Amino acid sequence: MNLIGEIETLRKKEYYRAVLNKIEKLVRELRKRGIEKINIMHVCGTHEHTITYYGIRKTLPDAINLIAGPGCPVCIAPSYVIDNAIKLASGGVKIYTFGDMVKVPGSKSSLLDAKANGGDVEIVFGFLDAIKRFKSQGVKEAVFLGVGFETTAPTYATRIAKKLIPNGLTILTALRITIPATRFVLNLPQHEISGVIAPGHVSVITGANAWSFIPRDFNIPVVVAGFEPIDVIVAIYQILDALVKNEPKTMNEYSRVVTWEGNKLAQKYISEAFEVKDGDWRGIGVIEKSAWEIKTELEKYDAEKVYNLTRKKDEGFRKNCKCADIILGLTVPTDCPLFGKACTPEKPDGPCMVSIEGTCHIWYKYGGHT
Amino acid sequence: MKLCVGIPAIVLEVKEDTAIVEVNGVKKEVDCLLVSEIKNGDYVIVHAGAIIGKISESEYKELVNLLREMEEAVTY
Repeated sequence: MNLIGEIETLRKKEYYRAVLNKIEKLVRELRKRGIEKINIMHVCGTHEHTITYYGIRKTLPDAINLIAGPGCPVCIAPSYVIDNAIKLASGGVKIYTFGDMVKVPGSKSSLLDAKANGGDVEIVFGFLDAIKRFKSQGVKEAVFLGVGFETTAPTYATRIAKKLIPNGLTILTALRITIPATRFVLNLPQHEISGVIAPGHVSVITGANAWSFIPRDFNIPVVVAGFEPIDVIVAIYQILDALVKNEPKTMNEYSRVVTWEGNKLAQKYISEAFEVKDGDWRGIGVIEKSAWEIKTELEKYDAEKVYNLTRKKDEGFRKNCKCADIILGLTVPTDCPLFGKACTPEKPDGPCMVSIEGTCHIWYKYGGHT
Repeated sequence: MKLCVGIPAIVLEVKEDTAIVEVNGVKKEVDCLLVSEIKNGDYVIVHAGAIIGKISESEYKELVNLLREMEEAVTY
């Protein structure tokens, strides 16, 4: 098998051009029917990366508007979760977390500030890494600050459900579920979404079937897509084709990785470790049944319970920061007065500029605004 | 690290509940509780320090290629 040949095939300009020609034809067909604007939303930071990095928006007909929806778990972690982690770090509890999380400001400061003030804050690349470090460092008390969506939740769930966590280590979670968030966004009266591109690796866990509520409840097509430019452009083609044929349905463009049923084992661990609750999304508010919280019978692993942490009001974002509207796909980074001026990756004002999965960060870095 | 993309890896050694994998030429110990029947030589997707799914060799190459272009992969 010529593997490189296959990759080259995926990247061949002629293939991209051929799909684009088909897209242009379908757009003309939709125009004939009086449809002038086709809004397609995705809900994944990596899709936004592909779209921006490869300049996909510029290659599409003007009628197609690609909207970045909620695809950044770091961006929507409520301010009180970060504040609580800072409080613990200031009180002598070691904090393990992901690199992006240390830079995101809570209501006043960040974990990086707490570290500068003597707090013990260490960056890890996952929960297992935190467990290994905790054991090898001989730490007595530590908290892993764990954020994430469907892809990340099972990586914590296994260790919690199987009780493979050493004494003294607990988890402060801000786990959110993209599926109810997508429903929330599609229900916003400001949006007129014609189709959705669903995230490939979230769907590895959930299965492509998990997105079937979109055609069922919103009467629009959804395509689970991979992260190559050709994946995104094929997903757009499939959405347009379904619109022309008036056949809203769930499609799986990424079948080389994603199954219809998903990772059943991961789903089992999630249901054993967590219960679904209403969840705060930073700056957005409460989204029904959108959070996974550690089950009461496993609360000895839950830092919120162990340290009696309170959930104060989510403070949202700083004044003039447009992160909330950007996460909801209601505006774009270039419409934020702070973008690229008072807010840059070096000196970010809001989490969308901090996180490498944030739309502002991606647009700033790769020029989505040009 | 990215929280919604997986990293392609090759399984080098399977232990009790973890596996040693090679990511970008670097050996890492990752959780292998989420996928059953992992064996040496398997191509997998690693996310947040855990194997979340098996993939084909061609998909592995494709993801490696994609991630090489994302400088974030370097910091993984």
